[in-house]
This record gives sequence, C-alpha cells and structure tokens, in this order.
Amino acid sequence: MRIVHYLNQFFAGVGGEESAGIPPAVREGAVGPGRALAALLGDEHEIVATVFCGDDYAASNPAATEELLVLVRELAPDLLVAGPAFTSGRYGLVCARLGAAAAREGIAAVVAMHPENPGLDEAEPAPVIESGRIGREMRPSLERLARAIQTLSRGEQLREQDGRIGRAPRRNRLSEQTAAQRSVELLLARLAGDRERSEVPLPSFGSVTPSGPLADPAGARIALLTEGALVPMGNPDRLESARATRWLRYQLDGLDQLEQGAYQSVHGGFSTVAANADPHRLLPLDVARELEHEGRIGTLHHEYLTTAGNGTQVATARSFGVEWAAELRQAGVQAAILTAT
Amino acid sequence: MLLCNLVSIAIRVGAPRIVPTRGIPFPTGDPELAPEEERRWRRRLLERALEALGTAVEGPTVFEMATVREGSDAGAAESGSSASATATARPATSS
Repeated sequence: MRIVHYLNQFFAGVGGEESAGIPPAVREGAVGPGRALAALLGDEHEIVATVFCGDDYAASNPAATEELLVLVRELAPDLLVAGPAFTSGRYGLVCARLGAAAAREGIAAVVAMHPENPGLDEAEPAPVIESGRIGREMRPSLERLARAIQTLSRGEQLREQDGRIGRAPRRNRLSEQTAAQRSVELLLARLAGDRERSEVPLPSFGSVTPSGPLADPAGARIALLTEGALVPMGNPDRLESARATRWLRYQLDGLDQLEQGAYQSVHGGFSTVAANADPHRLLPLDVARELEHEGRIGTLHHEYLTTAGNGTQVATARSFGVEWAAELRQAGVQAAILTAT
Repeated sequence: MLLCNLVSIAIRVGAPRIVPTRGIPFPTGDPELAPEEERRWRRRLLERALEALGTAVEGPTVFEMATVREGSDAGAAESGSSASATATARPATSS
C-alpha cells in the first residue's frame, strides 16, 4: 500500500512549542516515528510521504483540516495513517479531524491515540487504534498500529481485539438471548464484582492534568471566558442556544464595563433574566478591570470567548476546550477565568 | 479556573480549580443583593479566583468562599479571605 503519514511539528522533528504555529507542509518518505513504522510494515507497504503541521495552527485554524486534506489528496495514498497522538489534545484532535475528513471522501484512514485523547470522538468514520499515554510508549504503540495496518491491507475491518477504541458504526444483529436474559446476566456479573461490563458504555470525561499555579497574577495576562452564551444584543453571529457547534469572540478592549442593554445571553438552558439585566453576572468585566487598574491582574486579555454550554456533546465541548487553550496560549494568556451556568 | 454553582458536576468532569457561586443563572452575581453589595460579592469571587489560580492543586479542588456578613467592610473581607486561602481549599475526588 501507498501510505501517507500525518505527524505534528514535534514528531516531524521541526520543533517544539515555538514551532506550533507552522502551516501544513509535506516531506517525502517517512519521518521520525514513521521510519520505525515503515520498518515494522516491511516491504509490502511504503510510507511515500509525511504531512505535518504545527499543533496550534492545525487545532485553532478552522480551515486547517481542509488544507491538510488537499495535501493528502494530491499524494493519492491507499491509506492515511495519523499519529500516534498519545494524550496530546491538539495533536489528537487534528489526527481525528483529518482521518475523518479523508475517510468521508473515500480515502482509507486509520488514527492512533490514547483512549483519553479529546480527539477520540471526532475520528468517526475513521477507525482509531489505541496508543500509549506518552511518547515513551512509542514502540508498543507503533507495533499495534502496524498490525492494524496489516489487517486493513487484507481488506478486513478493525475490531476491539485489534485495539480499536472509540465509537464504531452500529450494525444490527440478532442476539440469541433476549434483553431480559442479558440484563440478568449483567446484573449477576455486577454482583460478582465486574464493574466494567456494559452494553451501553457511559461517556468518559477523561482526566485533566491541572496546570501549575500562577506565580504572580499581577504579572499575568488573564482571559475571561463563559459558557453562558453572552453575546452582543441581537446575537449578530447567531450563536446557537443549545447544542452549540461553535464558539465566538468579542472585544473587551477599551471597555471598563458591559453596558446594560448592549449584551444578552442566548443560552437556552436557564432563565436569562438576571444576566440580561446585568451582563456582569455572567462575565465579571467590571471588577476584573478594577483589579487590573489596581495592579492585581497584570493585563486582561483583549477579548472574551463565549459559547452556549447547553446539551453540548462531550466531544464538542472537548474540542472547544482544546481550541480555546491553543488560542489563548498563542495569545500569551497565562490563566483563564471561566464562568459556567 | 471555573466559577460555577453546579460544583458536583465540575468535580465530576475534572475541573482543577473551582470557586462555588450562588446560582446557576448568575455565576458572578447575586440579584438578591443591592447593586453595590452585589459588586462587592463579585469582587470577592474574583479575588478568590486569583487565589485559586495561584494555588498548586493535584486534582479537582473546591475553593470555598469564606462566610462574610454582607455589607461588612470590603477591606476586612479581602484580608479575611486571602488569609484563609489554603485553609479552606478542599481537594475533591472525582467519583
């Protein structure tokens, strides 16, 4: 098979966080972990090219997936392989989005990441193969990925025993046992101490590693964020009131407070009467500005980010989180205060 | 850090630094208070938020608000809450 491999700037050997803003690019042949993967795959398959991109560019730029897909399409691979992305949020999200976009237009794709990676739920319809948690687990992760690629090259589907994780397309089949029988069996298994078995696995929220403490707020750039759907009056950018698919940004520069009547909340999950009467009940600009003037906050970030956290899919919320973090880090923000309703 | 009223959910999804607020529809306000008192309450919430940001945490941690009589001198409230910054931080384990 002709394989194209996607890596982030770090694994492509271009650089670390200082290079996270670089746009998509292509190198001929295998690069970095791609070399080890090529060796595991043997002569039957060839990594003809490596596509790579900076994590911040790829995760926070809405056009990035399409830009990457154009490069992949030109290389006309039999298979796109993305990752392994381990638990790296931005990298995993991009691997998943690129894999999904390729698969949707008929380019076979496989993605590798850890089950807790926020990108996991975005890869569908591309299959995801489990990788380790960190880069040190590269070797076993690549071995599992190579086996999965061999399986795909035989025209077979990837299944749980191949290390497939995440959502798989549902297929109807007849069970030999009735629902009642299966329920009782699961109950007995539970009573016997099996806490894992389920026909309907619950969504996993994964885990967040807390960032270190802020050394000095008086020297920090701090952003205000809200999921309370606070937008300018009239909702000019049409933020959804539920199941939001987007987030928006609005300027705070030059404002000491949010004028009453100039903002509204379009959140559909609570009564917005109090917030509309005084928008500071959702976004505390007045006192944040006061603390900035007094030197207790270094600088307030010049815009606030907003979305509606109402009936939002976990996968969407995770992507927003990764995008916000990439966005804020690029803007030199050290801390964020997020209000949640 | 997160300012919110639904603390149990914040803990469950793993928010590292949480300051509990008084109502779901107004995380940084309290419509029951007179305007000046409400603004003082909001300021205390933000001061607590800054304390939370400056505190090392291992996992979801709730930074409770110190109980201060409404309408009491704002200056006294400030020093009171910053002195108790670490003492009232309560690490929470995710269920």
